Amino acid sequence: MKPGMTMTQKILAAHAGLKTVRSGQFIEANLDIVLANDITGPPAVAEFGKMGAKSVFDANKIVLIPDHFAPNKDIKAAAQCKILREFARDQGITNYFEVGEMGIEHVLLPEKGLVSAGDAVIGADSHTCTYGALGAFATGVGSTDMAAGMATGKAWFKVPAAVKFELTGKPSKWVGGKDVILHIIGLIGVDGALYQSMEFVGDGVQNLSMDDRFTMANMAIEAGAKNGIFPVDDRTREYIRKHRNRNKALKKSVKAYNADENAVYSREIQIDLGKIRPAVAFPHLPENVKTIDEIDRISRIKIDQVVIGSCTNGRMEDMAVAAKILKGRKIAKGLRCIILPGTQQVYLDCVREGYAEIFVKAGAALSTPTCGPCLGGHMGVLAAGERAVSTTNRNFVGRMGHVDSEIYLAGPAVAAASALRGYIAGPEEF
Amino acid sequence: MGKVFKYGENVNTDVIIPARYLVTSDPGELARHCMEDIDANFVAEARPGDIIAAGANFGCGSSREHAAAAIKASGVACVIAPSFARIFYRNAFNTGLPILESEEAAKAIDAGDEVEVDFETGAIYNRTKEETYKAEPFPPFISGLIEKGGLINYVKDKLIV
Repeated sequence: MKPGMTMTQKILAAHAGLKTVRSGQFIEANLDIVLANDITGPPAVAEFGKMGAKSVFDANKIVLIPDHFAPNKDIKAAAQCKILREFARDQGITNYFEVGEMGIEHVLLPEKGLVSAGDAVIGADSHTCTYGALGAFATGVGSTDMAAGMATGKAWFKVPAAVKFELTGKPSKWVGGKDVILHIIGLIGVDGALYQSMEFVGDGVQNLSMDDRFTMANMAIEAGAKNGIFPVDDRTREYIRKHRNRNKALKKSVKAYNADENAVYSREIQIDLGKIRPAVAFPHLPENVKTIDEIDRISRIKIDQVVIGSCTNGRMEDMAVAAKILKGRKIAKGLRCIILPGTQQVYLDCVREGYAEIFVKAGAALSTPTCGPCLGGHMGVLAAGERAVSTTNRNFVGRMGHVDSEIYLAGPAVAAASALRGYIAGPEEF
Repeated sequence: MGKVFKYGENVNTDVIIPARYLVTSDPGELARHCMEDIDANFVAEARPGDIIAAGANFGCGSSREHAAAAIKASGVACVIAPSFARIFYRNAFNTGLPILESEEAAKAIDAGDEVEVDFETGAIYNRTKEETYKAEPFPPFISGLIEKGGLINYVKDKLIV
């Protein structure tokens, strides 16, 4: 009997017009969405011209979002955003999001219904893998690959092998998707899934909210993975139904792909969600993970800044967790806490739910959506010797600012608790 | 032939070219800050033809093609590592930065060694240590892309047809 296929392999086979694919095979796949931002988009526009392309393959399937250094942080950033804006206008690209309707790309696309289960998506941003939460194949590429995707609607792929994560149990209170994925990266390392898919399956999946799944799929790249993916269940269907497709020209359907019984995995790992504790990744790699209980035994780690937001943790549930902890309390004297809702919709929902008032009264700065501080761009850059607890995804040397600054990655619960204490603290005492 | 700059595992794109410089995509401008967050001397010392040898998972992190472009514009002739992060691997081909996968070479080569690379055969010759190492051959699909002169030409041909 032929070996079976993983979820990822099935989606790739369907988009390549093939009955079966096997890992290591090179294929060319049709793309449902091709995405870029204000950093990766301008070089893609230049490469698009060099390819001799005149128009994009489908103006409804390209998504361009100025989110990294937008709102424009300086004159050079303004010029980059302008290239994106003018290209979108010239090409008639329908899914271009200006600052007042924008959001961080990987929070925005699912919210706008631009990705559905079974889609194949490339984005010139490494966290494009976020959409695996919806049961889509989604992966990051560089600007030239993105340009080729815009011109032809296709991309070449080496079909990946997969690591299977069998999830069981239910996460305890204050444990979210971020703690689960940090635990996993701590377990397998930053190249633990290099060139492979991370497929999250098992009974435990039903106990993870969509926001938890977005956070987990988002950080698959932090284990070197090509993509992370979840099976489609009732929660997925409900999410897709609620976030109806903004662009009516795109006829989106929900295609659920399950792995074959006899699918081959390079490694299978059991994860009991009930045993996972709030986690923190220490500088300077996302694999340097400790639980909050281990940290309690170390001397107090004093911090200067807390960032809550990003494509990893800028969704409504993240805001709700932060609000629950910050409500009626004050951020530690001398600490800067910056909260960035992921999209204009999340921002508006924070206002409606009263979270905006909670945040401001607690002494946090509430920002318009931007990737800014995560990559040391703007809106919260660190000085030499400073330490941050951040709900973002990378704690590399110099990532958020000076090379001598330090980043501790955590979920919104640990981040909010740490903002109140002024040192790394667990949420359970609140 | 070139002199080797040696780095450890998981060299990420944030240290290859920090995001604070991504307000431009001009390779020459990017090259002026290449590797500065882990090696303050690289920019001043790198000469055309020099080689980077590093540990596993080279180029992990962001999808910025600026990273491969910055290394190439620094004059680096080749990056040798046991493995590359997958987006960087694609970007290297797309920007014309030669890379070779060789665990043996990446381990044996030391900073400052004089190294020569034969891309036809995948042979890596360490003149300082008088040793030869073998790189992994590229899959036929990738070799085909290289022969065509990269993805831009590959797409150009398709668009004409």
